[in-house]
Amino acid sequence: MIDARRTVDAVWRIESARIVSTLAKMTGDFGLAEDLAQEAVVDALAQWPVSGVPQNAGAWLTAVAKRKAIDGWRRRQRLDERYRAMAHDLDEAGDGEWQLIDDSVLRLVFITCHPVLSREAQVALTLRVVGGLTTEEIARMLLVPVPTVQQRIVRAKKTLAAAQVPFEAPDPNEWSSRLGAVLGVVYLTFTEGYAATSGDRWIRPELANEALRLGRLLAELVPREPEAHGLVALMEFQASRFAARVAHDGTAILLTDQDRSRWDHAQIRRGRAALLRADGVGRGRASYGLQAAIAECHAVAPSIDDTYWDRIVLLYEALGRLAPSPVVELNRAVAVSMATGPANALRIVDQLAFDGALRGSHLLPSVRGELLARLGRTEEARSELLTAARLATNERESAVLRAKAAAL
Amino acid sequence: MKYMLIMRATDEARESYEQVPFKEIIEKMGAYNESLTKAGVLLAAEGLADAMTDNFLVDFSAEAPIVTDGPYGETHELFSGFWIIQTSSKEEAAEWARRCPLGPGSTLEVRRVTEMSDFAEFAETDALVNEAAWRAENGQE
Repeated sequence: MIDARRTVDAVWRIESARIVSTLAKMTGDFGLAEDLAQEAVVDALAQWPVSGVPQNAGAWLTAVAKRKAIDGWRRRQRLDERYRAMAHDLDEAGDGEWQLIDDSVLRLVFITCHPVLSREAQVALTLRVVGGLTTEEIARMLLVPVPTVQQRIVRAKKTLAAAQVPFEAPDPNEWSSRLGAVLGVVYLTFTEGYAATSGDRWIRPELANEALRLGRLLAELVPREPEAHGLVALMEFQASRFAARVAHDGTAILLTDQDRSRWDHAQIRRGRAALLRADGVGRGRASYGLQAAIAECHAVAPSIDDTYWDRIVLLYEALGRLAPSPVVELNRAVAVSMATGPANALRIVDQLAFDGALRGSHLLPSVRGELLARLGRTEEARSELLTAARLATNERESAVLRAKAAAL
Repeated sequence: MKYMLIMRATDEARESYEQVPFKEIIEKMGAYNESLTKAGVLLAAEGLADAMTDNFLVDFSAEAPIVTDGPYGETHELFSGFWIIQTSSKEEAAEWARRCPLGPGSTLEVRRVTEMSDFAEFAETDALVNEAAWRAENGQE
C-alpha cells in the first residue's frame, strides 16, 4: 500500500513546472492551467492507491488535466469555433514521450515572478508552481498560516488575469529587467531562509535549499546569463556555512568565530564551479557575480586574518558603483577595517550615519559598536551595541549583540 | 536532505547491456542526468570503471592492511556508479530513482547522506561546554 499523499506530492514536486507550463501553453491561460493541474492531483489521490502509480506519472497528470480542459470547453453552451478547434487539437495531440520543454518552463518562471505581483505573491506562486511544493510546505517554510498562502496564490492568479498577462517570454527590451525580477525573487527566498527576518530561528535551511534548487533550475534554463550562475554561486557559498553558523543553543556564530572545518567544502566547490560558469560567459561580473566573488574570498580563506581583504575591498568598491546601497557601503567599511584598520572604516560608517542611511536598522550601530570597541572607545561601543540589540528584529541576533555589549 | 543512489550491476545486467548499442545507453543516461540537472537536484554523479586492471581492494582484517586485486566477482554485484541528489522527501528521492534508465540485473540502493544533525550527540559535548562558558561569562548559572 503506497502512501498516496506523499507519492503524489513527490510527483508534483518533480513535474509541476512541466505540467503547468504544458497546460498553460496549450490553453494560453496560466490560471486555468494551474486549476486544471490541481484537479488532476485530486484525481491522482483518489486513483493511485487503487490502480498504483502510473509508469509516467507526470504524463498521466497532464493527460487528465488536458481531458478536463476539453470536457470543460465541450460543456460550454457557447461552443465557439476557437474552443472547438482547441478541444480537437488537444484531443489529437498524443501524450507521447515526455519531452524537455525548457522554453515553456522559462515562460512559467517569468509569469510567477511577474512585476504586477507583490513580492509575497511572487514567492508563494514560484514555490508552488515552479518549485512544486505543497501549500502546507510553503506555509511551514514561510512561517505563515496555510490559508494565508492559499490566499496569496488565489490572489496572484486573479491579478495575473486582471492584468491580462500573456503566457509569453518577455520582449527583448524588457528581458534583462524581467530576468532581474526573477533572480530577485529567488534571492529574496534564499535570504529569508539564510537570515530569517521573522521567528526565533536564525536559519531556515529548507527554505534556503529550496531557493538554491530554483536557482540551479533557472541557471539551466538561461545558461548564457552570467547573473543566473552568479546567483547560484552566491547562494552555494552562503549555504556552505550553515552548519557552522548556529551554535547548539540556537545562538548565531559570526564569521570570525566559525569553525571553518564545518563548512561544507563540496558546496564551496559547487559555488566555485558556478562562478566559473558565470565568468565563462564572458560578459563580466554584475551584482550577483561580484557578491559571489566576495563570498568566494571568505570560502577559500583559512582564517579571518588570512583573508584576502584588499581584494574584498576592491570587489565591494565595484559592487558599490554598480549597485550603490548603504548596506554595500557598510560591508565595505567592515572589509576596510580588516584591510587597513578600524579608524579608516569608522570614517565610512560615520559618513553613512551622517547621511541618515539605514536609520532604524540594527546593522549600522552594530558595526559602529564593533569598530569603536576595537579603537578602545568602550563606553561609546557599549551604547552602540545596546542600541543595535534594541533594533534587531531577530531575537537570536539581539541576544548576540547584548552579550557582546556585556563582554566589553 | 541528500540521498546517494548507488548503482549495482550483476553479470546479467552486463550481458544485457552488451546487446544494446553503447550509444543508446549513453544517450538514455545522458537524458536522465540532464533531467536531474534541470530540476536543480543533482549535486554529484560519477561512474566507476569496471576493468579489473584499474581497481584493487584493501582488506583490513589482518593486522596490516592487505592490498589485493579483488575478488569482486564473488558478490556478482559491482558498485558501478553513484548520484547524490538533494530532495525534500524520501518519496521524492524514490521518484527520481524509479526514473533511472536501468534494466534487469541492475539495482539502485538509495541511502540518505548523513548531515551534521545526525551527529548531534557529539556536537552537544562541544556546544555544552561553550554554552556553560557563555553562561558563566554572563553571570548566569
